[in-house]
Amino acid sequence: MSASLALTPPLDRPLAERIAARFAADRRWGWGEILFWVAAVGAPLALPRAALLFNEIAILALFALSLDLILGFAGIVSLGHAAFLGVGAYTAGLFALHVWDDPLAGLFAGVVAAGVLGFLASFLILRGTDLTRLMVTLGVAQLLFELANTFSDVTGGADGLQGVAMGPVLGLFRFDIRGHVACGYSLAVLFALFVIARRIAKSPFGLSLRAIRDNRLRASATGVDANRRIVVVYTISAAFAGAAGALMAQTSQFVSLDVLDFHRSADLMLALIVGGPGWLYGGLIGAIVFKLLQEALASVTPQYWQFWIGLLLVLFVLGGRERLDLALKSLRGRFAAPRGRG
Amino acid sequence: MAPALETVRLVKAFGGIVATNDVSLRIEKGARHALIGPNGAGKTTLINQLTGVLKPSSGAIRLEGRDITATPPEARVRLGMSRTFQINQLFRSMTPAEMLMLVLCEQKGLGQRLFRRLDADGAMLREVAELAERFRLDDVVDREIATLAYGKQRQLEIAAAFASRPRVLLLDEPAAGVPEAERQDLLRTVAELPAEVSVVLIEHDMDLVFRFATRITVLVNGAVICDGDPAAVAGDPGVRAAYLGESLDA
Repeated sequence: MSASLALTPPLDRPLAERIAARFAADRRWGWGEILFWVAAVGAPLALPRAALLFNEIAILALFALSLDLILGFAGIVSLGHAAFLGVGAYTAGLFALHVWDDPLAGLFAGVVAAGVLGFLASFLILRGTDLTRLMVTLGVAQLLFELANTFSDVTGGADGLQGVAMGPVLGLFRFDIRGHVACGYSLAVLFALFVIARRIAKSPFGLSLRAIRDNRLRASATGVDANRRIVVVYTISAAFAGAAGALMAQTSQFVSLDVLDFHRSADLMLALIVGGPGWLYGGLIGAIVFKLLQEALASVTPQYWQFWIGLLLVLFVLGGRERLDLALKSLRGRFAAPRGRG
Repeated sequence: MAPALETVRLVKAFGGIVATNDVSLRIEKGARHALIGPNGAGKTTLINQLTGVLKPSSGAIRLEGRDITATPPEARVRLGMSRTFQINQLFRSMTPAEMLMLVLCEQKGLGQRLFRRLDADGAMLREVAELAERFRLDDVVDREIATLAYGKQRQLEIAAAFASRPRVLLLDEPAAGVPEAERQDLLRTVAELPAEVSVVLIEHDMDLVFRFATRITVLVNGAVICDGDPAAVAGDPGVRAAYLGESLDA
């Protein structure tokens, strides 16, 4: 309550000015957000030995952000987002092998390839319910997995795509074995794409996505052509996932069938649900929590960490969810006031 | 001159049940036209066909002379017809300012703009403010819609439909469920709608109907049984029979 009152300009100003001030305040970067990004840059600087882990977190965060665009904003579920991650990864890997080893060019290629696939796939999810969407997205990812497996002379099949060697980023920064450059590169790409997503979320288009998610009947009675909006946001989301895949391929200099595996899509969904869909930071925070948890559990029980992470997630969803949600909600009020979620 | 909205021998059947039976309506330009009938008369089925949520089994719908029978709902809004819902259909996570701005953006074809700011256009901001004032929402423009009092949500329901600048506005039981304290505000809002907008009112509340309408169509079992000015309708024996004991002279 205090947060929304603090943002509300005094009542004696003309209404139009008050509304404008509120829109502007929603768009402004909050202190919590600035702090978040300072910490995101500061953490790898403070702990350079964990650069590879931070790199993985940044990539998962970008991947989760891409899912948040469709799930959190437009309310479209997907269990096959790995399809776009995989296409981005293989495209970037093959591009480096056969065309050019420049990272940004490869990133661009991965983004475009995944975006094109996303555009085509979006027509499959326009009709039907959540359940059919889960099946269709899952099916598309499985299909690509088998294609990558079958065309092993292109993709390397089960052995993976070997010998991907990347040039320096911007012609200046060579990838090093400790992952310092990788981490900086991934963080920079994550931030740039986050800024774009944030801008989209606060645009008329972003508003219309929330309209589709909140109430599809009213959205169409308002003149929103839901199908066209979904095609656009699905394409953008796929392109973002493609960027995450490209970063993965470039920073590990290797692509395996694993990028298209079901567990990628499932982990992603878990990360986003932990962080809370619909407010942009949900994917990022979920990725951090998920990766750190995975890392901590793996160091304690290298063999059974999946058991513990599963148990924690079940407990979280069953019990802790509401309490955590309440705590997060009050935090969010102070954090950035992005009222993405009802 | 073509009427604002017209149906020609409209029929909608769900299996064996005929919910709309050969309905020919004529809504004149600037009309205050009420559509009444007992529960289950097919009022909502009819409005759902007018707005494109349901496809009629046969017959035609014309908006200002133009056949819109097969036009999708979102396109009908752009052609100048919008509606409110009997049960609130709002974007609950938004504020009224956001919801009204969204409607204006859609109306101006800006909904596809990915990087436009919501406060980019001063004229649109003033329009949102005017709408908020007209519909008595000025004190709650930046609250989350889900937290608003029911009467305010009802006002927003109409404001959002009105914001797309319709020439034909369909109000589906606007006063339904509104507590007495907020009712007068709502009735005043409805009465103050600009004269050039043709308004179709679907209503149970006879007080509101006879206060507001200059023409009334009575539906019973999906068919029109009476169509005329309020006095003629109130005196019609068929209508009296259909409403069995309910007073129509309020």
